[in-house]
Amino acid sequence: MDNIPSAAQVTSWLVTGRILFLLIHVLGVAGFFYIVARRLVPLFRAERDFRFDQPLVRLGRVLKFWLGQWKQPRYKLAGTLHIFIFAGFILLAIRAFSVLIVGVSQNFVMPGLSGSAGPIYNIITDYAATIVLLCMVIAVVRRLVFKPARYAVPARYGKAHTADAIFLLSLIAILMVADSLFAASKAAAPLGPGQAAEALAAFSLPWMLQKVLVSASVPTLGRLYFGVYLLHELTFYFLLCYRPFGIQFHVETSLFNVYFAKLDREILKPVRWGVSDEHLDQVKSFGVKTFEDFTWKHMLDFYTCADCGRCSDNCPSNAVGRPLSPRFLTIKARDYAFRHYPVLGRASNGATLIGSKDSGGIYSEDEIWSCTTCGACEAECPLLVEYIDKIVDLRRGMIDDGNVPQSLQKPLKALESRGNPYGKMEKKKADWTNAKEFQQICPVKTVGKSNGADTLYFVDSITSYDDRMQSIGRATAKILNHVGEDFGILGAAERDSGHEVRRFGEETLFMALRDHNVDAIKASGVQRIITSDPHTYNALKHDYKDVPPVEHISQVIAREVKAGKIRFDPIADNKDNANRVYAYHDPCYLGRHNQIYDDPRDVLDAIPGLKRVEMKRSRDRSFCCGGGGLMLFYEPKEEQRMGVKRVQMAAEAGANVMVTACPFCMVNIEDAIKVAGMEGKMTAIDLTELVDQQIARLSPDLKEERASEIKECVAVSESASRLE
Amino acid sequence: MEILVCVRRVPDTSENEIELNRTGNDIERDELVYSINEADNYAVEEALQIVARTGGTVTVATVGGEDDEEVLRREMAMGANRGVLMSDDAFSGSDGRGIATILKAFVEKGHYDLVLTGVQAEDGGAQVGGMLAALLDYPFASLVTSIEVLEGKKLKISREIAGGNKEMNEIDLPCVLSIQTGINEPRYVGMRGIRQVAGVAIPTFGAKDLGIGVCAVGETAAQVRRVDYFVPILGKGAEILRGTREENVDKVLELVAAKGGLK
Repeated sequence: MDNIPSAAQVTSWLVTGRILFLLIHVLGVAGFFYIVARRLVPLFRAERDFRFDQPLVRLGRVLKFWLGQWKQPRYKLAGTLHIFIFAGFILLAIRAFSVLIVGVSQNFVMPGLSGSAGPIYNIITDYAATIVLLCMVIAVVRRLVFKPARYAVPARYGKAHTADAIFLLSLIAILMVADSLFAASKAAAPLGPGQAAEALAAFSLPWMLQKVLVSASVPTLGRLYFGVYLLHELTFYFLLCYRPFGIQFHVETSLFNVYFAKLDREILKPVRWGVSDEHLDQVKSFGVKTFEDFTWKHMLDFYTCADCGRCSDNCPSNAVGRPLSPRFLTIKARDYAFRHYPVLGRASNGATLIGSKDSGGIYSEDEIWSCTTCGACEAECPLLVEYIDKIVDLRRGMIDDGNVPQSLQKPLKALESRGNPYGKMEKKKADWTNAKEFQQICPVKTVGKSNGADTLYFVDSITSYDDRMQSIGRATAKILNHVGEDFGILGAAERDSGHEVRRFGEETLFMALRDHNVDAIKASGVQRIITSDPHTYNALKHDYKDVPPVEHISQVIAREVKAGKIRFDPIADNKDNANRVYAYHDPCYLGRHNQIYDDPRDVLDAIPGLKRVEMKRSRDRSFCCGGGGLMLFYEPKEEQRMGVKRVQMAAEAGANVMVTACPFCMVNIEDAIKVAGMEGKMTAIDLTELVDQQIARLSPDLKEERASEIKECVAVSESASRLE
Repeated sequence: MEILVCVRRVPDTSENEIELNRTGNDIERDELVYSINEADNYAVEEALQIVARTGGTVTVATVGGEDDEEVLRREMAMGANRGVLMSDDAFSGSDGRGIATILKAFVEKGHYDLVLTGVQAEDGGAQVGGMLAALLDYPFASLVTSIEVLEGKKLKISREIAGGNKEMNEIDLPCVLSIQTGINEPRYVGMRGIRQVAGVAIPTFGAKDLGIGVCAVGETAAQVRRVDYFVPILGKGAEILRGTREENVDKVLELVAAKGGLK
């Protein structure tokens, strides 16, 4: 016999290879489907979630984020490795499938690969297997030698995940080696009559193995061929059935997770899908209290997490030592699902998620309140796992149970009775417009029935009531005045936009605030709304319905600069501003949540002589200042303030002025400058304040000149008419 | 355990700017917002926690008018089983003793093992709890900072003593306790909770229902009358330290130590 027997023909232990492999196939496939079916059990007990609309858009996102691996390169090395492994897997899928079938039917050729495509495909996959193996080696070395910090598991979250990661990487490596040896041993054997030589890709792993095996005897090759085939089979099915027990499950779930991912990220999940606001009172329980209160998609998120740690690597709460790590928010829930919905045995459910470990809880209250909803985790996740909706849903559950920190109860109560978290009188809401000098140059009207305006400046609580932030309000008004905008404010009729109220889970209170504001806005008859607060902007744009179009003041300024209506004095003309280096800090709700990155930068760059640097973390990787709205009242457990970290980042970038476009950023950053002991070395200014300072207004002399010119004109025309 | 908590609706000092009215005998009440008296809220929370441990029901009661139902509903949304309003024209103008008389009549109509009040009302004088106990001839403890239910109709309570010390007491049931703020962390009540109890009927008791003689309560019976109301003139402002950071730190430490804040 010249040739080695095919795996299917080998007879050992009284069974032929064909029967043995058929048995492995059946057991492996059945096992896999059984395990997956068990994993799906909680998804059928979960809350509803409408993710079946817009199939084309969703397919497009699959192409971009799944097949295109869009977010992977954000981490250069890990991302590149993943792209290679992912591409390798995709390419090897058909080969793996053919190899599996060959064990049962030796002459099987995958349809489409029988002609000239076959050898080409084989060469490509020879390389693919080689590259995947190389990637595995690099990945193991990274895990063992370089140990990137984001893979570390803090003690409070349990043991390190390194062993499991390496085990899985090794299994894939074994699979690649077995596959290559299988091809190599076959190619190394002498050709049978009528067989065509099979070329292996030069310098690929199978090719190298073939060179090694070429001197081996035919029986040895035969045994090797059968042995590696068996190894391949067993490894393949073991891996297939083992994946649903850990992070590798994402190989199966990621496609679905990306397809069903949330399309309109900026819109918060409703309390319950399919229940309108009017019927919410009939809903017995709000938010997530038990695991089954999550939606099925959120559970799919838990299964899909690949434990890559990028979310937590970018999470500001995690960075300052708050008890929150988005990575473990997911991992803990996934482990909960594994524990309570075991593959073997009965499901046990209904435990409260928030509480001590002894009572079966997996999250602490502080963990859930620690999130600023900045969205850094979601911007990073390559698998489009959602976090903010889950945090908000967990908070809704806590609010519903009355489980709210004392420090938040007062502002919430004040929002209910006074419409602002400070408990200030409604009639004082417009007091910021009464500053003496300001009132003379820029009177601000309160819109009402008899006092209409085209544009509404929605000021919101902090800018109305906080002494420091009122300056942002006045700067905004002066800018609007300068460009000739016919605008007014709601004054006492304006309530807090409720942006943080909603994100803190107090949906009912939010709805009351929103309904009040919508009525007031509609009654005012304005055509559009401008705001200087990104949180307000986000609320009006995404949380409110049926209100006129909304713009953030930075958009207005950018447009007016382009149109030439706003011109700036050179920065050096202002002594205080000369020799300053500016860094723009992206507020989360302007940047990440609304993709307004360029307008504020364009405005800054339009100021002649302004020197601007970028912080390392900017745009969609901007680092949250510490959070706004109710977050200002929350007393987190943390090692450091987020703002302090952010101020240090600005200093590292070489800046000595931080420009923001959000009153809450201003609170946090100005505080942080003091806490960091950087007074005198760093200052903070709002974009509107800077624009107001630098705007080229006619100088008093020029104004007089202009006035006398006008007088002359009038005199000339008058005399002309007299002449007539 | 059947627990009665006496509560009161007061202008919320953190959400109002208290101003005198034109005649100067009361505050301007036009734009005030009201809430539950803070200490009473702690008392209700404590009652709910006791009932959660030992079983029983919590009743909240207040003396006032229709507007005061608002705080009863808030406490019912918190978890109190029922709210009761004592309202009668004859009650208006009652002093502390008058209020205690009304509450006494109500307590005697039911079977309460424990009566709780807040340590004091924000616009009151910390008198009702003690007087109610005396009128009922019940034992009384004030400034209570913890409650433990013992066997045999007894409670073990701790009381706050000046200087931050605490003493432990045993007290027989039934009794009246005035609850100090900070005894627990009251749960949050949102609009949703209040809406859910909006339809629950609140029984109202008048003087006749309670068997109170008109002369025993109200303005005529009041022996303490308010004659004036004024805002004290602001004293010297805060001291602002204007040294270097190190000097200021030293000065602050010195000042805090001088006031007994550091030992």
